[in-house]
Amino acid sequence: MKAKGFTKGIAQKAAWDMSESEVTPESVFKQRRNIIKALGLGAASASLSTNVQAGLFDVFGNDKPKKAFEVSPLTFTKNQSYQTSEILTPENKVISHNNFYEFGTRKTDPQDNAQGFKVNPWQLKIEGEVEKPLTLDYEDLYKLIALEERTYRLRCVEAWSMVIPWVGFSLAELIKKANPTSKAKYVAFETLYDPEQMPGQRNRYVGGGVSYPYVEGLTLPEAMNELSFLAVGLYGKTLPPQNGAPIRLVVPWKYGFKSIKSIVKIRLVEKMPPTSWNILAPHEYGFYANVNPQVDHPRWSQASERRIGAGGLFSAKRIPTQMYNGYGDQVASLYKGLDLRKNF
Amino acid sequence: MRVTPKQLFWIKGLFHLVALTPIVFLVLNVFSGGAGGDPVQYIIHYTGIGALNTLLITLLISPIAKKMKWPWLMRTRRLVGLYVFAYATLHIAAYFSLDLLFEWRLLGEEIVKRPYILVGAVAYLILVALTVTSLKKLMSKMGRKWQTLHNLIYLAVILVAIHFFWSVKSEIIQPSIYIGLVIVLLSFRWRKLIGFFKD
Ligand code: HEM
Repeated sequence: MKAKGFTKGIAQKAAWDMSESEVTPESVFKQRRNIIKALGLGAASASLSTNVQAGLFDVFGNDKPKKAFEVSPLTFTKNQSYQTSEILTPENKVISHNNFYEFGTRKTDPQDNAQGFKVNPWQLKIEGEVEKPLTLDYEDLYKLIALEERTYRLRCVEAWSMVIPWVGFSLAELIKKANPTSKAKYVAFETLYDPEQMPGQRNRYVGGGVSYPYVEGLTLPEAMNELSFLAVGLYGKTLPPQNGAPIRLVVPWKYGFKSIKSIVKIRLVEKMPPTSWNILAPHEYGFYANVNPQVDHPRWSQASERRIGAGGLFSAKRIPTQMYNGYGDQVASLYKGLDLRKNF
Repeated sequence: MRVTPKQLFWIKGLFHLVALTPIVFLVLNVFSGGAGGDPVQYIIHYTGIGALNTLLITLLISPIAKKMKWPWLMRTRRLVGLYVFAYATLHIAAYFSLDLLFEWRLLGEEIVKRPYILVGAVAYLILVALTVTSLKKLMSKMGRKWQTLHNLIYLAVILVAIHFFWSVKSEIIQPSIYIGLVIVLLSFRWRKLIGFFKD
């Protein structure tokens, strides 16, 4: 059954409808189409990108139909504590600029290669140091806990950022349902491992040399923090696969790679769990990965970031990066006494 | 194979076309959305690889000309070399304008603080020097010094390979292949390269 089945209900006026001055995604699309038309490039560019895509699929030895993944509208309430006056990153940019190495390392690969991704049926298991292990089926992801919308800043470790309206529920609520034992100190997450569907897991070159399945982790207090969020949608609709369908983590005070996608397992554990980027390059990516303008990545500065907004190529802005991505009020207390230079 | 001036003219035209085609593709991809919603990194990587590929092709010209006994091919080398400079310039311009958004201070800081950027910048300075001195007039004026200066191209290609290897976040297969290619291309000239150290 499709998500549609349980999304009828009061039509929501979504947060992004309210903000006055922004350029909407539609107008961006139109603008771009007009430029292409003006240049007389329409036909040429359309055939080009399908050719490029066809080429990619030949490489992967896989010719799935190129039909776009179907997303469906969700019913949710708006969490008033997490609205913003910042300009949102338009939906078309949010879904076409992704790091999801399971589908390839280029920013365009996930959208190009993930449209055939199957999310239903899905199983998300909550297990380990819990009294009541849980298994959520596809439908449960949208039903078990009432959905809410929160707009968060997303700061990538590569020094670009977006502002995205997510739909989902608080991670803490889910964990509470499983009733962690007193031994539980950390939470370990795991992405689906399915080389059939994920070319990056079949081929080291496509997958950027990450050892799969992708794993991430939080301390239990981090996971129970009110900010930690499990998203099942964005811009009012179910997640497209390139953004981590059907369910992904969003921890907005940490660099984007902590916000693991397409989760199948949440395990409460006693010891600090391994995390994928830390395994790959321990001197560059730590376990905590809190956004911190004072601690540079060894190869680039983290003091400022390129905010991807609504306009064209030159419209992005470089803005100073905020400590904990601006969420210090909620999370700074988690790190009292911790040397953030060592625990980067 | 002998080539008339007229044929050489057409061959050079073909080289221009081949060198410019990727730019057309880039523009089309950026405007059609084929380069993603935020094509900045795509453009930086695309032009960076373009510069390196063109640099490798430049280094292939003289071995091929010798092997095939095609002296006319040598006369395309300057043209191809200038495209190396053009692609490298686009690469850096894209980084500075689209990624850093014209923050001079940040550019300065990054060049000083990041070894991979510093290595790229040194390579670029070499390319600038070679481009400026590629004028025929200067060539004859400089005499032997010209050759000495232009031998820096070997240093440049090594630096660019290092720049690439150092810049990637994870997968090192592609930069490793390029390092391999650089070694092969330099090995064609090992006598000359060893000569540098004997002098
Ligand atoms: C001041 C000089 C230079 C600067 C500031 C610079 C900057 C950069 C940056 C920011 C990247 C991307 C790193 C990332 O993935 O985030 C990069 C990659 C690269 N650069 Fe440069 N660069 C310079 C000179 C050069 C030159 C002279 C060449 C070649 C002739 C070159 C070729 C490349 C290549 C091949 C890559 C890798 C592209 C890829 O990963 O696909 N760069 N450079």
